[in-house]
Amino acid sequence: MNVLDLALTIGIGAVTLTLLLCGWRLLLGPTVVDRVLALDTLYLSLVALVVMLGLRWQTTLLFEAALIVALLGFVGTVALARYLSRGDVVE
Amino acid sequence: MDTLNPVVEWLAAGLILIGAFFLLVGAIGMVRLPDFYMRLHAPTKSSTLGVGGVLLASLLLGWSQERLAVAELLITLFVFVTAPVSANLLAQAALHLRLPSRASEPTDLPPGP
Repeated sequence: MNVLDLALTIGIGAVTLTLLLCGWRLLLGPTVVDRVLALDTLYLSLVALVVMLGLRWQTTLLFEAALIVALLGFVGTVALARYLSRGDVVE
Repeated sequence: MDTLNPVVEWLAAGLILIGAFFLLVGAIGMVRLPDFYMRLHAPTKSSTLGVGGVLLASLLLGWSQERLAVAELLITLFVFVTAPVSANLLAQAALHLRLPSRASEPTDLPPGP
């Protein structure tokens, strides 16, 4: 096992723990903005996890998947935040 | 991956570890801190750095294998542009909903009318 595989294993474990913590805040969050923030952090961590899995499995397909996750997550966060602060998403 | 330059390999391993560490610290801050504005501040900065570290490692490995890593470059630029924007919109939503803050009153205000 070389050093890169070891680092990828530790990194995938740490980011999985990050996803669990985000899910905890998503379930627990006292306000709705907390839940949106947890979702935002969740998708950013998911981008990192997908990239690390792509490095581990030696495939380039997953990098495009990570790009799509990043795009959809940003659009979702913006839509939810604008809905919370303005009342509607597109005027 | 057996023909990898050891310098590139150690550098990529270090960047992956740094990125995963910062993502984990941001999530711990988001779970532990007491009010929403503190919770907003914890993951927005550290998750940018964490995702940036992992993507830099991926870029480095792609370039060392003579693969033009366009997708990683696009994700890096996109995350670095959009993470502050979404944090700003979330803070605006929280201020609009008048969420309580535990910050103390400022002491250096000029005397008001």
